[in-house]
Amino acid sequence: MNRAGVFRRVEPYLYLLPTIVGLLLFSAGAVAASFFLSFTEWDIITPPRWIWFDNYLGLWQSEFFWEVVRHTLLFVLLAVPASVIASLALALLVNTTLRGVTFFRTVYFLPVVSSMIAVALVWSWMFNPRYGLLNTLLHSLFGIQGPAWLDDTTWALPAMVIVTVWKGLGYSMVIFLAGLQNIPGDLYHAATLDGAGAWRRFRHITLPLLSPTTFFVLVVTLINAFQVFEQTYVLTKGGPANSTVTLSYYVYQNAFQFFHMGQAAAVSYVLFALLFGVTLIQFRLQRRWVFYG
Amino acid sequence: MARGLRAALRYALLGAVALVMVGPFLWMVATSMMDQADIFRYPPRFLPAEFTLRNYRAIMDVLPLGRMILNSFTIALSATVGQVLSCALAAYAFARMKFRGQSAIYFVLLATMMIPPQVTMIPVFLIMRFLGWIDTLTALIVPAFFGGAFGTFLLRQFFATIPQDLEDAARIDGCGRFRIFWRIVLPLSRPALITLALFTFMAYWNDLLGPVIYLSSVEKATLTIGLANLQSGIMTTRYDLLMAGSVLSVLPILVLFAMGQRWFVRGITMTGLKE
Repeated sequence: MNRAGVFRRVEPYLYLLPTIVGLLLFSAGAVAASFFLSFTEWDIITPPRWIWFDNYLGLWQSEFFWEVVRHTLLFVLLAVPASVIASLALALLVNTTLRGVTFFRTVYFLPVVSSMIAVALVWSWMFNPRYGLLNTLLHSLFGIQGPAWLDDTTWALPAMVIVTVWKGLGYSMVIFLAGLQNIPGDLYHAATLDGAGAWRRFRHITLPLLSPTTFFVLVVTLINAFQVFEQTYVLTKGGPANSTVTLSYYVYQNAFQFFHMGQAAAVSYVLFALLFGVTLIQFRLQRRWVFYG
Repeated sequence: MARGLRAALRYALLGAVALVMVGPFLWMVATSMMDQADIFRYPPRFLPAEFTLRNYRAIMDVLPLGRMILNSFTIALSATVGQVLSCALAAYAFARMKFRGQSAIYFVLLATMMIPPQVTMIPVFLIMRFLGWIDTLTALIVPAFFGGAFGTFLLRQFFATIPQDLEDAARIDGCGRFRIFWRIVLPLSRPALITLALFTFMAYWNDLLGPVIYLSSVEKATLTIGLANLQSGIMTTRYDLLMAGSVLSVLPILVLFAMGQRWFVRGITMTGLKE
Protein backbone atom coordinates (compact mmCIF):
# COMPACT_ATOMS: atom_id res chain seq x y z
CA MET A 1 0.00 0.00 0.00
CA ASN A 2 1.29 3.45 -0.77
CA ARG A 3 1.86 6.10 1.83
CA ALA A 4 -1.30 8.04 1.03
CA GLY A 5 -3.34 4.87 1.48
CA VAL A 6 -1.79 4.16 4.87
CA PHE A 7 -2.47 7.71 5.97
CA ARG A 8 -6.12 7.49 4.92
CA ARG A 9 -6.51 4.41 7.10
CA VAL A 10 -4.81 5.93 10.13
CA GLU A 11 -6.36 9.38 9.78
CA PRO A 12 -9.66 8.72 11.60
CA TYR A 13 -7.79 7.48 14.66
CA LEU A 14 -5.76 10.68 14.77
CA TYR A 15 -8.98 12.69 15.02
CA LEU A 16 -10.12 10.34 17.74
CA LEU A 17 -6.86 10.31 19.66
CA PRO A 18 -7.92 12.74 22.43
CA THR A 19 -11.25 10.97 22.79
CA ILE A 20 -9.73 7.51 22.99
CA VAL A 21 -7.08 8.60 25.50
CA GLY A 22 -9.85 10.27 27.51
CA LEU A 23 -11.95 7.13 27.43
CA LEU A 24 -9.04 5.01 28.62
CA LEU A 25 -7.86 7.36 31.35
CA PHE A 26 -10.87 9.28 32.61
CA SER A 27 -13.93 7.14 32.01
CA ALA A 28 -13.74 3.50 30.94
CA GLY A 29 -10.29 3.07 32.47
CA ALA A 30 -11.30 4.86 35.65
CA VAL A 31 -14.39 2.68 35.92
CA ALA A 32 -12.18 -0.43 35.81
CA ALA A 33 -9.68 1.04 38.29
CA SER A 34 -12.52 1.89 40.64
CA PHE A 35 -13.71 -1.69 40.43
CA PHE A 36 -10.34 -3.06 41.56
CA LEU A 37 -10.09 -0.41 44.24
CA SER A 38 -13.40 -1.55 45.70
CA PHE A 39 -11.75 -4.86 46.67
CA THR A 40 -8.99 -3.15 48.67
CA GLU A 41 -8.53 -1.35 51.90
CA TRP A 42 -6.61 1.84 51.33
CA ASP A 43 -6.03 5.00 53.34
CA ILE A 44 -4.04 6.59 50.46
CA ILE A 45 -0.85 6.74 52.62
CA THR A 46 0.08 3.11 53.29
CA PRO A 47 -0.03 0.59 50.39
CA PRO A 48 -3.47 -0.81 49.54
CA ARG A 49 -4.42 -4.22 50.93
CA TRP A 50 -6.49 -6.73 48.90
CA ILE A 51 -9.48 -7.73 51.01
CA TRP A 52 -11.79 -9.36 48.46
CA PHE A 53 -15.43 -8.67 49.24
CA ASP A 54 -14.97 -7.22 52.71
CA ASN A 55 -15.97 -3.71 51.66
CA TYR A 56 -19.24 -4.94 50.15
CA LEU A 57 -19.90 -7.26 53.10
CA GLY A 58 -19.19 -4.43 55.49
CA LEU A 59 -21.68 -2.21 53.68
CA TRP A 60 -24.28 -4.98 53.65
CA GLN A 61 -23.98 -5.35 57.41
CA SER A 62 -23.79 -1.65 58.17
CA GLU A 63 -27.07 -0.22 59.40
CA PHE A 64 -25.99 3.26 58.44
CA PHE A 65 -25.31 2.26 54.85
CA TRP A 66 -28.90 1.03 54.47
CA GLU A 67 -30.06 4.31 55.86
CA VAL A 68 -28.01 6.10 53.21
CA VAL A 69 -29.64 3.94 50.53
CA ARG A 70 -33.04 4.79 51.99
CA HIS A 71 -32.29 8.53 51.90
CA THR A 72 -31.21 8.24 48.28
CA LEU A 73 -34.32 6.32 47.23
CA LEU A 74 -36.59 8.68 49.16
CA PHE A 75 -34.94 11.67 47.49
CA VAL A 76 -35.39 10.11 44.04
CA LEU A 77 -38.99 9.12 44.76
CA LEU A 78 -39.90 12.63 45.88
CA ALA A 79 -37.89 14.62 43.34
CA VAL A 80 -38.44 12.72 40.10
CA PRO A 81 -42.27 12.57 39.88
CA ALA A 82 -42.60 16.13 41.19
CA SER A 83 -40.08 17.38 38.69
CA VAL A 84 -41.51 15.56 35.66
CA ILE A 85 -45.12 16.51 36.38
CA ALA A 86 -44.35 20.12 37.22
CA SER A 87 -42.16 20.66 34.17
CA LEU A 88 -44.82 19.12 31.90
CA ALA A 89 -47.38 21.46 33.44
CA LEU A 90 -45.04 24.40 32.83
CA ALA A 91 -44.47 23.35 29.23
CA LEU A 92 -48.24 23.22 28.66
CA LEU A 93 -48.52 26.63 30.25
CA VAL A 94 -45.92 28.27 28.00
CA ASN A 95 -47.03 26.37 24.87
CA THR A 96 -49.03 29.31 23.61
CA THR A 97 -48.68 32.15 21.16
CA LEU A 98 -49.73 34.79 23.67
CA ARG A 99 -47.70 37.96 23.53
CA GLY A 100 -44.75 38.02 25.92
CA VAL A 101 -44.60 34.30 26.49
CA THR A 102 -40.90 34.15 25.46
CA PHE A 103 -40.17 36.42 28.39
CA PHE A 104 -41.74 33.92 30.77
CA ARG A 105 -39.87 31.00 29.20
CA THR A 106 -36.61 32.88 29.73
CA VAL A 107 -37.48 33.66 33.33
CA TYR A 108 -38.29 30.02 34.10
CA PHE A 109 -34.90 29.06 32.71
CA LEU A 110 -32.87 31.36 34.99
CA PRO A 111 -32.36 28.82 37.81
CA VAL A 112 -30.98 26.31 35.30
CA VAL A 113 -28.04 28.48 34.30
CA SER A 114 -27.25 29.70 37.80
CA SER A 115 -24.72 27.82 39.91
CA MET A 116 -26.06 25.41 42.50
CA ILE A 117 -23.93 27.10 45.15
CA ALA A 118 -25.50 30.54 44.67
CA VAL A 119 -28.98 29.11 44.39
CA ALA A 120 -28.58 26.80 47.39
CA LEU A 121 -27.17 29.65 49.48
CA VAL A 122 -30.21 31.83 48.93
CA TRP A 123 -32.51 28.87 49.60
CA SER A 124 -30.72 28.03 52.83
CA TRP A 125 -31.39 31.62 53.86
CA MET A 126 -35.02 31.28 52.77
CA PHE A 127 -35.31 28.09 54.83
CA ASN A 128 -34.16 29.92 57.95
CA PRO A 129 -36.84 28.91 60.50
CA ARG A 130 -37.28 32.33 62.08
CA TYR A 131 -36.11 34.98 59.63
CA GLY A 132 -36.44 33.11 56.36
CA LEU A 133 -38.81 34.12 53.58
CA LEU A 134 -40.54 30.74 53.41
CA ASN A 135 -41.79 30.51 56.97
CA THR A 136 -42.66 34.19 56.96
CA LEU A 137 -44.90 33.64 53.94
CA LEU A 138 -46.37 30.44 55.35
CA HIS A 139 -47.24 32.30 58.51
CA SER A 140 -48.64 35.48 57.01
CA LEU A 141 -50.52 33.84 54.12
CA PHE A 142 -51.80 30.63 55.67
CA GLY A 143 -51.23 31.09 59.39
CA ILE A 144 -49.02 27.98 59.41
CA GLN A 145 -46.03 27.70 61.70
CA GLY A 146 -43.43 26.35 59.26
CA PRO A 147 -40.94 23.63 60.23
CA ALA A 148 -37.26 24.21 60.98
CA TRP A 149 -36.48 22.88 57.47
CA LEU A 150 -32.74 22.26 57.23
CA ASP A 151 -32.40 21.89 61.01
CA ASP A 152 -35.11 19.26 61.19
CA THR A 153 -34.32 15.61 60.42
CA THR A 154 -37.76 15.12 58.82
CA TRP A 155 -37.78 18.24 56.68
CA ALA A 156 -34.16 18.58 55.56
CA LEU A 157 -34.49 16.04 52.75
CA PRO A 158 -37.78 17.46 51.42
CA ALA A 159 -36.14 20.90 51.52
CA MET A 160 -33.37 19.55 49.29
CA VAL A 161 -36.03 18.15 46.99
CA ILE A 162 -37.68 21.57 46.71
CA VAL A 163 -34.42 23.25 45.68
CA THR A 164 -33.60 20.47 43.19
CA VAL A 165 -37.02 20.54 41.53
CA TRP A 166 -37.10 24.33 41.41
CA LYS A 167 -33.65 24.51 39.81
CA GLY A 168 -34.27 21.85 37.16
CA LEU A 169 -37.80 22.77 36.05
CA GLY A 170 -36.79 25.07 33.21
CA TYR A 171 -34.53 22.47 31.61
CA SER A 172 -37.19 19.76 31.36
CA MET A 173 -39.75 22.38 30.38
CA VAL A 174 -37.74 23.29 27.28
CA ILE A 175 -37.54 19.62 26.25
CA PHE A 176 -41.25 19.07 26.83
CA LEU A 177 -42.06 22.25 24.93
CA ALA A 178 -40.12 21.07 21.89
CA GLY A 179 -41.98 17.76 22.11
CA LEU A 180 -45.34 19.51 22.32
CA GLN A 181 -44.57 21.63 19.29
CA ASN A 182 -43.79 18.52 17.28
CA ILE A 183 -47.36 17.26 17.65
CA PRO A 184 -49.32 18.10 14.48
CA GLY A 185 -52.03 20.67 15.13
CA ASP A 186 -54.47 18.93 12.76
CA LEU A 187 -54.95 16.16 15.28
CA TYR A 188 -56.29 18.55 17.89
CA HIS A 189 -58.44 20.22 15.30
CA ALA A 190 -59.98 16.93 14.19
CA ALA A 191 -60.56 15.84 17.78
CA THR A 192 -62.28 19.11 18.62
CA LEU A 193 -64.58 18.68 15.62
CA ASP A 194 -65.42 15.22 16.92
CA GLY A 195 -66.45 16.81 20.20
CA ALA A 196 -63.47 15.87 22.37
CA GLY A 197 -62.99 18.16 25.39
CA ALA A 198 -59.69 19.57 26.62
CA TRP A 199 -59.04 16.71 29.02
CA ARG A 200 -59.73 14.01 26.43
CA ARG A 201 -57.50 15.76 23.88
CA PHE A 202 -54.73 15.86 26.48
CA ARG A 203 -55.26 12.25 27.53
CA HIS A 204 -55.60 10.71 24.06
CA ILE A 205 -53.46 12.95 21.86
CA THR A 206 -50.92 14.89 23.91
CA LEU A 207 -49.85 12.20 26.36
CA PRO A 208 -49.34 9.34 23.86
CA LEU A 209 -47.61 11.51 21.26
CA LEU A 210 -45.43 13.13 23.89
CA SER A 211 -44.41 9.82 25.48
CA PRO A 212 -40.97 9.56 23.80
CA THR A 213 -40.13 13.01 25.21
CA THR A 214 -41.51 12.06 28.62
CA PHE A 215 -39.37 8.96 28.55
CA PHE A 216 -36.24 10.97 27.81
CA VAL A 217 -37.00 13.51 30.55
CA LEU A 218 -37.71 10.71 33.01
CA VAL A 219 -34.41 8.94 32.33
CA VAL A 220 -32.35 12.13 32.61
CA THR A 221 -34.13 13.39 35.73
CA LEU A 222 -33.68 10.02 37.40
CA ILE A 223 -29.97 9.84 36.64
CA ASN A 224 -29.46 13.35 38.02
CA ALA A 225 -31.50 12.65 41.15
CA PHE A 226 -29.44 9.57 41.99
CA GLN A 227 -26.28 11.66 41.77
CA VAL A 228 -27.43 14.50 44.05
CA PHE A 229 -24.29 16.01 45.57
CA GLU A 230 -23.97 19.80 45.44
CA GLN A 231 -27.32 20.42 47.13
CA THR A 232 -26.21 18.26 50.04
CA TYR A 233 -22.79 19.88 50.18
CA VAL A 234 -24.16 23.41 50.40
CA LEU A 235 -27.48 22.99 52.20
CA THR A 236 -26.84 20.41 54.90
CA LYS A 237 -23.39 18.79 54.68
CA GLY A 238 -25.34 15.57 55.22
CA GLY A 239 -26.92 16.75 58.47
CA PRO A 240 -28.82 17.17 60.70
CA ALA A 241 -27.85 13.89 62.37
CA ASN A 242 -26.80 12.46 58.99
CA SER A 243 -30.42 12.55 57.81
CA THR A 244 -29.50 13.80 54.32
CA VAL A 245 -26.45 11.67 53.54
CA THR A 246 -27.13 10.14 50.12
CA LEU A 247 -25.01 7.61 48.21
CA SER A 248 -23.00 10.09 46.19
CA TYR A 249 -22.33 12.26 49.24
CA TYR A 250 -21.30 9.14 51.14
CA VAL A 251 -18.76 8.36 48.40
CA TYR A 252 -17.32 11.84 48.80
CA GLN A 253 -17.18 11.57 52.60
CA ASN A 254 -15.53 8.17 52.53
CA ALA A 255 -12.97 9.15 49.94
CA PHE A 256 -12.04 12.71 50.81
CA GLN A 257 -12.93 13.12 54.46
CA PHE A 258 -12.34 9.69 56.02
CA PHE A 259 -9.81 8.52 53.37
CA HIS A 260 -11.38 5.08 53.04
CA MET A 261 -10.67 4.87 49.33
CA GLY A 262 -11.62 1.20 48.91
CA GLN A 263 -14.84 1.61 50.83
CA ALA A 264 -15.71 4.73 48.81
CA ALA A 265 -15.12 2.85 45.56
CA ALA A 266 -17.43 0.09 46.77
CA VAL A 267 -20.20 2.60 47.58
CA SER A 268 -19.75 4.19 44.16
CA TYR A 269 -20.25 0.78 42.57
CA VAL A 270 -23.44 0.23 44.52
CA LEU A 271 -24.66 3.60 43.20
CA PHE A 272 -23.61 2.65 39.68
CA ALA A 273 -25.38 -0.72 39.89
CA LEU A 274 -28.54 0.87 41.25
CA LEU A 275 -28.57 3.50 38.53
CA PHE A 276 -27.88 0.94 35.85
CA GLY A 277 -30.61 -1.36 37.13
CA VAL A 278 -33.23 1.35 37.30
CA THR A 279 -32.37 2.67 33.84
CA LEU A 280 -32.50 -0.85 32.42
CA ILE A 281 -35.93 -1.41 33.96
CA GLN A 282 -37.10 1.86 32.44
CA PHE A 283 -35.98 0.79 28.99
CA ARG A 284 -37.78 -2.52 29.49
CA LEU A 285 -40.97 -0.85 30.63
CA GLN A 286 -40.98 1.74 27.87
CA ARG A 287 -42.54 -0.75 25.46
CA ARG A 288 -45.68 -0.64 27.55
CA TRP A 289 -46.25 3.09 27.48
CA VAL A 290 -43.93 4.86 25.06
CA PHE A 291 -45.52 5.37 21.68
CA TYR A 292 -43.18 5.79 18.71
CA GLY A 293 -45.44 7.00 15.90
CA MET B 1 -65.14 37.16 25.74
CA ALA B 2 -64.38 33.61 26.89
CA ARG B 3 -61.14 33.80 24.96
CA GLY B 4 -60.13 37.01 26.72
CA LEU B 5 -60.87 35.42 30.07
CA ARG B 6 -58.81 32.38 29.24
CA ALA B 7 -55.87 34.54 28.20
CA ALA B 8 -56.15 36.53 31.42
CA LEU B 9 -56.14 33.31 33.43
CA ARG B 10 -53.06 32.07 31.60
CA TYR B 11 -51.27 35.36 32.22
CA ALA B 12 -52.14 35.13 35.91
CA LEU B 13 -50.67 31.63 36.08
CA LEU B 14 -47.59 32.63 34.08
CA GLY B 15 -47.03 35.52 36.47
CA ALA B 16 -47.49 33.41 39.58
CA VAL B 17 -44.95 30.85 38.37
CA ALA B 18 -42.57 33.62 37.36
CA LEU B 19 -42.73 34.94 40.91
CA VAL B 20 -41.76 31.52 42.26
CA MET B 21 -38.86 31.24 39.81
CA VAL B 22 -37.53 34.79 40.24
CA GLY B 23 -38.50 35.30 43.87
CA PRO B 24 -35.36 33.71 45.29
CA PHE B 25 -33.19 35.86 43.00
CA LEU B 26 -34.97 39.05 44.08
CA TRP B 27 -34.62 37.99 47.70
CA MET B 28 -30.92 37.39 47.03
CA VAL B 29 -30.47 40.90 45.67
CA ALA B 30 -32.60 42.47 48.42
CA THR B 31 -30.66 40.72 51.17
CA SER B 32 -27.35 41.66 49.59
CA MET B 33 -28.32 45.32 50.05
CA MET B 34 -29.51 45.00 53.61
CA ASP B 35 -27.76 46.03 56.74
CA GLN B 36 -26.87 43.14 59.02
CA ALA B 37 -29.31 44.48 61.57
CA ASP B 38 -32.11 44.46 58.97
CA ILE B 39 -31.60 40.79 58.30
CA PHE B 40 -32.24 39.54 61.79
CA ARG B 41 -35.23 41.64 62.54
CA TYR B 42 -38.52 40.08 63.52
CA PRO B 43 -40.92 40.09 61.77
CA PRO B 44 -38.63 39.91 58.71
CA ARG B 45 -38.81 42.62 56.09
CA PHE B 46 -38.75 42.09 52.35
CA LEU B 47 -36.87 45.21 51.42
CA PRO B 48 -33.89 46.88 53.05
CA ALA B 49 -34.64 49.89 55.25
CA GLU B 50 -32.03 51.66 53.17
CA PHE B 51 -30.28 50.23 50.16
CA THR B 52 -26.57 49.87 50.77
CA LEU B 53 -23.69 48.56 48.71
CA ARG B 54 -21.56 48.14 51.81
CA ASN B 55 -21.83 44.34 51.69
CA TYR B 56 -20.26 44.28 48.26
CA ARG B 57 -17.26 46.15 49.54
CA ALA B 58 -17.15 44.01 52.70
CA ILE B 59 -17.12 40.74 50.77
CA MET B 60 -14.14 41.94 48.78
CA ASP B 61 -12.27 42.36 52.05
CA VAL B 62 -13.10 38.82 53.20
CA LEU B 63 -12.57 37.07 49.87
CA PRO B 64 -9.90 37.60 47.21
CA LEU B 65 -12.74 38.11 44.76
CA GLY B 66 -10.65 39.28 41.81
CA ARG B 67 -8.38 36.26 42.13
CA MET B 68 -11.37 33.92 42.38
CA ILE B 69 -13.09 35.37 39.33
CA LEU B 70 -9.84 35.07 37.41
CA ASN B 71 -9.48 31.41 38.46
CA SER B 72 -13.07 30.57 37.54
CA PHE B 73 -12.66 32.34 34.22
CA THR B 74 -9.33 30.65 33.42
CA ILE B 75 -10.78 27.22 34.11
CA ALA B 76 -14.04 27.79 32.25
CA LEU B 77 -12.43 29.37 29.19
CA SER B 78 -9.59 26.84 28.81
CA ALA B 79 -11.93 23.93 29.37
CA THR B 80 -14.30 25.31 26.75
CA VAL B 81 -11.52 25.57 24.17
CA GLY B 82 -10.38 22.02 24.94
CA GLN B 83 -13.83 20.56 24.89
CA VAL B 84 -14.91 22.19 21.63
CA LEU B 85 -11.69 21.24 19.83
CA SER B 86 -11.51 17.63 20.98
CA CYS B 87 -15.22 16.98 20.50
CA ALA B 88 -15.24 18.57 17.04
CA LEU B 89 -12.35 16.37 15.89
CA ALA B 90 -14.01 13.21 17.15
CA ALA B 91 -17.44 14.21 15.86
CA TYR B 92 -16.02 14.81 12.38
CA ALA B 93 -14.44 11.37 12.30
CA PHE B 94 -17.72 9.76 13.39
CA ALA B 95 -19.80 11.78 10.95
CA ARG B 96 -17.67 11.61 7.80
CA MET B 97 -15.15 8.77 7.94
CA LYS B 98 -15.39 5.01 7.85
CA PHE B 99 -13.02 2.96 9.98
CA ARG B 100 -12.69 -0.24 11.87
CA GLY B 101 -14.34 -0.18 15.30
CA GLN B 102 -16.32 2.96 14.48
CA SER B 103 -19.67 1.94 15.91
CA ALA B 104 -18.08 0.17 18.87
CA ILE B 105 -16.11 3.26 19.90
CA TYR B 106 -19.17 5.48 19.40
CA PHE B 107 -21.28 3.15 21.52
CA VAL B 108 -18.73 3.05 24.36
CA LEU B 109 -18.44 6.83 24.25
CA LEU B 110 -22.19 7.33 24.50
CA ALA B 111 -22.40 4.69 27.23
CA THR B 112 -20.06 6.78 29.40
CA MET B 113 -22.91 9.28 29.82
CA MET B 114 -24.42 6.69 32.17
CA ILE B 115 -21.38 6.60 34.47
CA PRO B 116 -21.90 8.62 37.62
CA PRO B 117 -18.92 10.93 38.26
CA GLN B 118 -18.66 9.39 41.73
CA VAL B 119 -17.37 6.15 40.16
CA THR B 120 -14.56 7.79 38.22
CA MET B 121 -13.60 10.58 40.60
CA ILE B 122 -11.31 8.51 42.84
CA PRO B 123 -9.13 7.02 40.06
CA VAL B 124 -9.02 10.39 38.29
CA PHE B 125 -7.96 11.99 41.57
CA LEU B 126 -5.15 9.41 41.82
CA ILE B 127 -4.00 10.21 38.27
CA MET B 128 -3.88 13.91 39.12
CA ARG B 129 -2.00 13.16 42.33
CA PHE B 130 0.49 11.05 40.37
CA LEU B 131 1.00 13.96 37.99
CA GLY B 132 1.44 16.36 40.90
CA TRP B 133 -1.55 18.45 39.86
CA ILE B 134 -3.43 18.53 43.16
CA ASP B 135 -4.32 22.10 44.09
CA THR B 136 -3.71 23.35 40.55
CA LEU B 137 -6.16 24.64 37.98
CA THR B 138 -4.56 22.24 35.50
CA ALA B 139 -6.27 19.28 37.18
CA LEU B 140 -9.66 20.78 36.34
CA ILE B 141 -8.76 21.95 32.82
CA VAL B 142 -6.87 19.04 31.29
CA PRO B 143 -9.68 16.42 31.21
CA ALA B 144 -11.73 18.79 29.04
CA PHE B 145 -9.14 18.35 26.27
CA PHE B 146 -9.93 14.66 26.02
CA GLY B 147 -13.37 14.75 24.48
CA GLY B 148 -16.75 14.01 25.94
CA ALA B 149 -19.90 12.15 25.04
CA PHE B 150 -22.32 15.07 25.17
CA GLY B 151 -20.27 17.40 22.98
CA THR B 152 -19.29 14.75 20.47
CA PHE B 153 -22.88 13.63 20.11
CA LEU B 154 -24.15 17.20 19.70
CA LEU B 155 -21.59 18.08 17.03
CA ARG B 156 -21.88 14.76 15.18
CA GLN B 157 -25.61 15.31 14.82
CA PHE B 158 -24.93 18.74 13.38
CA PHE B 159 -22.10 17.72 11.04
CA ALA B 160 -24.36 15.04 9.59
CA THR B 161 -26.75 17.74 8.35
CA ILE B 162 -24.08 19.58 6.33
CA PRO B 163 -24.39 18.72 2.63
CA GLN B 164 -21.65 16.37 1.49
CA ASP B 165 -21.37 18.09 -1.92
CA LEU B 166 -19.37 20.99 -0.53
CA GLU B 167 -16.75 18.67 0.84
CA ASP B 168 -16.66 16.60 -2.35
CA ALA B 169 -16.05 19.73 -4.40
CA ALA B 170 -13.22 20.75 -2.10
CA ARG B 171 -11.69 17.29 -2.33
CA ILE B 172 -11.70 17.43 -6.14
CA ASP B 173 -9.84 20.72 -5.85
CA GLY B 174 -7.16 18.80 -3.94
CA CYS B 175 -8.10 19.78 -0.41
CA GLY B 176 -6.97 17.42 2.36
CA ARG B 177 -9.34 16.07 4.99
CA PHE B 178 -8.09 18.31 7.74
CA ARG B 179 -8.32 21.44 5.61
CA ILE B 180 -11.89 20.55 4.69
CA PHE B 181 -12.67 20.08 8.35
CA TRP B 182 -10.99 23.29 9.42
CA ARG B 183 -11.92 25.56 6.52
CA ILE B 184 -15.38 24.30 5.52
CA VAL B 185 -17.05 22.18 8.15
CA LEU B 186 -16.14 24.19 11.24
CA PRO B 187 -17.19 27.60 9.86
CA LEU B 188 -20.50 26.12 8.70
CA SER B 189 -21.10 24.66 12.16
CA ARG B 190 -20.93 27.88 14.11
CA PRO B 191 -24.39 27.46 15.70
CA ALA B 192 -23.54 24.03 17.11
CA LEU B 193 -20.07 25.15 18.22
CA ILE B 194 -21.49 28.17 20.03
CA THR B 195 -24.06 25.98 21.75
CA LEU B 196 -21.43 23.54 22.97
CA ALA B 197 -19.13 26.38 24.04
CA LEU B 198 -21.87 28.03 26.09
CA PHE B 199 -22.85 24.79 27.78
CA THR B 200 -19.26 23.92 28.59
CA PHE B 201 -18.44 27.37 29.90
CA MET B 202 -21.51 27.33 32.09
CA ALA B 203 -20.82 23.84 33.44
CA TYR B 204 -17.24 24.70 34.41
CA TRP B 205 -18.07 28.14 35.77
CA ASN B 206 -20.77 26.61 38.00
CA ASP B 207 -18.88 23.43 38.93
CA LEU B 208 -18.47 22.78 42.63
CA LEU B 209 -17.52 19.11 42.93
CA GLY B 210 -14.26 19.52 40.98
CA PRO B 211 -12.97 22.46 43.02
CA VAL B 212 -14.09 20.75 46.25
CA ILE B 213 -11.88 17.77 45.44
CA TYR B 214 -8.87 19.44 43.86
CA LEU B 215 -8.49 22.99 45.10
CA SER B 216 -7.50 23.58 48.70
CA SER B 217 -5.51 26.82 48.87
CA VAL B 218 -7.09 30.26 48.88
CA GLU B 219 -5.08 31.47 45.87
CA LYS B 220 -6.47 28.64 43.73
CA ALA B 221 -10.09 28.93 44.85
CA THR B 222 -12.83 29.48 42.29
CA LEU B 223 -15.93 31.56 42.97
CA THR B 224 -18.01 28.49 43.76
CA ILE B 225 -15.64 26.93 46.27
CA GLY B 226 -14.84 30.35 47.74
CA LEU B 227 -18.51 30.91 48.49
CA ALA B 228 -18.97 27.39 49.84
CA ASN B 229 -15.98 27.80 52.16
CA LEU B 230 -17.21 31.18 53.30
CA GLN B 231 -20.54 29.64 54.24
CA SER B 232 -19.15 26.61 56.06
CA GLY B 233 -16.51 28.71 57.77
CA ILE B 234 -17.10 31.58 60.12
CA MET B 235 -19.73 33.28 58.03
CA THR B 236 -22.60 30.82 58.47
CA THR B 237 -25.08 33.51 59.42
CA ARG B 238 -23.67 36.46 57.48
CA TYR B 239 -26.36 36.22 54.83
CA ASP B 240 -25.79 39.84 53.86
CA LEU B 241 -22.27 38.98 52.69
CA LEU B 242 -23.15 35.55 51.33
CA MET B 243 -25.90 37.02 49.18
CA ALA B 244 -23.61 39.75 47.87
CA GLY B 245 -21.15 37.04 46.86
CA SER B 246 -23.92 35.00 45.26
CA VAL B 247 -25.12 37.95 43.22
CA LEU B 248 -21.58 38.52 41.95
CA SER B 249 -21.19 34.86 41.00
CA VAL B 250 -24.55 34.59 39.20
CA LEU B 251 -24.28 37.87 37.34
CA PRO B 252 -21.72 36.90 34.65
CA ILE B 253 -23.57 33.73 33.75
CA LEU B 254 -26.90 35.53 33.54
CA VAL B 255 -25.37 38.09 31.19
CA LEU B 256 -23.94 35.27 29.08
CA PHE B 257 -27.33 33.57 29.07
CA ALA B 258 -29.14 36.75 28.09
CA MET B 259 -26.80 37.12 25.11
CA GLY B 260 -26.94 33.52 23.94
CA GLN B 261 -30.21 32.10 25.17
CA ARG B 262 -31.44 30.82 21.84
CA TRP B 263 -28.30 28.66 21.60
CA PHE B 264 -29.06 27.12 24.98
CA VAL B 265 -32.58 26.20 23.97
CA ARG B 266 -31.43 24.88 20.62
CA GLY B 267 -28.75 22.72 22.25
CA ILE B 268 -31.15 21.15 24.70
CA THR B 269 -33.74 20.31 22.09
CA MET B 270 -31.09 19.02 19.68
CA THR B 271 -29.67 16.48 22.11
CA GLY B 272 -33.03 15.69 23.63
CA LEU B 273 -35.14 14.96 20.62
CA LYS B 274 -33.11 13.90 17.62
CA GLU B 275 -32.19 10.33 18.40
